[in-house]
Amino acid sequence: MFELIGIPPQAFYAQLTLGLVNGAFYAVLSLGLAVIFGLLNVINFTHGAQYMMGAFAGYILLTLFGVPYWGALILAPIIVGAIGIVIERTMLRHLYHLDHLYGLLLTFGLVLVIEGLFRQQYGVSGRPYPNPLPGGQNLGFMFLPNYRLWVIVASVVVCFATWYLIEQTRLGSYLRAAVERPDLVQAFGINVPVMVTLTYGFGVALAGFAGVLAAPIQVVSPMMGMNIIIVVFAVVVIGGMGSILGAIITGYFLGLVEGLTRVFYPEASSTVIFVIMAIVLLIRPQGLFGKAK
Amino acid sequence: MAETGTVLKVKDLEAWYGESHILHGMSFEIPRGEVVTLLGRNGAGKTTTMRCIMGMVGKRLGSIAFEGTETIKMRSDKIARLGVGYVPEERGIFASLNVIENLELPPVIKPGGMTRDEVFDLFPRLRERRNSQGTKLSGGEQQMLAIARILRTGAKFLLLDEPTEGLAPVIVQQIGEIIRDLKAKGFTILLVEQNFHFASTVADRHYVVEHGHVVEMMRNEEIGSNMEKLQEYLGV
Repeated sequence: MFELIGIPPQAFYAQLTLGLVNGAFYAVLSLGLAVIFGLLNVINFTHGAQYMMGAFAGYILLTLFGVPYWGALILAPIIVGAIGIVIERTMLRHLYHLDHLYGLLLTFGLVLVIEGLFRQQYGVSGRPYPNPLPGGQNLGFMFLPNYRLWVIVASVVVCFATWYLIEQTRLGSYLRAAVERPDLVQAFGINVPVMVTLTYGFGVALAGFAGVLAAPIQVVSPMMGMNIIIVVFAVVVIGGMGSILGAIITGYFLGLVEGLTRVFYPEASSTVIFVIMAIVLLIRPQGLFGKAK
Repeated sequence: MAETGTVLKVKDLEAWYGESHILHGMSFEIPRGEVVTLLGRNGAGKTTTMRCIMGMVGKRLGSIAFEGTETIKMRSDKIARLGVGYVPEERGIFASLNVIENLELPPVIKPGGMTRDEVFDLFPRLRERRNSQGTKLSGGEQQMLAIARILRTGAKFLLLDEPTEGLAPVIVQQIGEIIRDLKAKGFTILLVEQNFHFASTVADRHYVVEHGHVVEMMRNEEIGSNMEKLQEYLGV
């Protein structure tokens, strides 16, 4: 088949893997956005900056405190999530009764402040982060770098665990109920404001986790969040705002589509997701997995 | 707390939704172990009164004392944890939760609530449908579920907002039996009803509400002699 279309199989599989790795980041990031939007009704534009903060938290933990990658993978999401909780308690909280636009403006403003601070401190050129899993597997038909494989596995585990937590556990049923009727859930004796704070912290921690995961394969730079978040928002629009499973599946799927486009028509690889977004918006404005309101 | 006396005492309650002033000095009392109704036309302020008791109305003034505790400034989750169970007007069954998840959503706040099995014995229909999605149930089943889920919590004071609305007569009868059964078990119940005939089959006393305040209290046995006046109030 490869001879037929004139593409070397190695290149094909390499792009497929790269697509899956990108899809892994899209999935984890859009999942965090979906969780936050579901309960808070806030479009968290700061998500990209929080992803960048996760990468920098890993970098700072390593260079200043000697904490290795695996420790950072646990610590950085907690640190970034805790900062998210402070943001929710002090700022976001006051916007819930207002239009979505206000949340978007606040979180966008925060992006400018956070990225500015990091640029001031670290410049724009970026910092390298050592690969904790060098080497790779020769699968016969292709060479698979170990770290890429780890990224895919780690993201699948985190996405599945999050889906399970929300769809199959008691805590998750509180969350799903509060998405529908927060006032009623509270009238049953559940402290909804605390749940909202923790949910935001959790969504932000997912972004921080993705940041640490990205540190060894992307340059740790203050601008890394801006580059990816636009694509992730397109993913969320295509999947449908507020759908957990939709966010995950769409993330991986669009990563793959992007990878395949890079094989067959490289010129379109950076725009294909936006073309799909436009088509989905025309045909199914609520997104592939979203419910019409 | 003694087993007699007043469970809920509402005094000079005022409430607003945004700019509109809904309650104008509501005052009434609910003695322990009684079923008490708020009767009145649409828009008289009955549902708003319930939402105030539950702490769900933003702007409220006056006094609401539950078991002697002032709750007028309390958050609704704290009020619920004092032992108040709420069945809202539109039943509030969650579409994204199945029957068991809906049933077990309200946390147990006091000992003495029913177990899942006891609830299912009381509502066998819900046991059959326990894995169905909440909003796939019929209206009657949803109402049963809305009542069933607060019986698990151990709350002894229940707020039922129009539990018979839109239901078939045979289901209304069943709900009447459940309410009488709960009263026999020692529950105290505040009921909002449009269906005056139904109210008279379960209640001990009625408060007639007009324009956001109580205009008259009648004991259930006095209803016969006050029928004309009542019909005027309710506009039937």
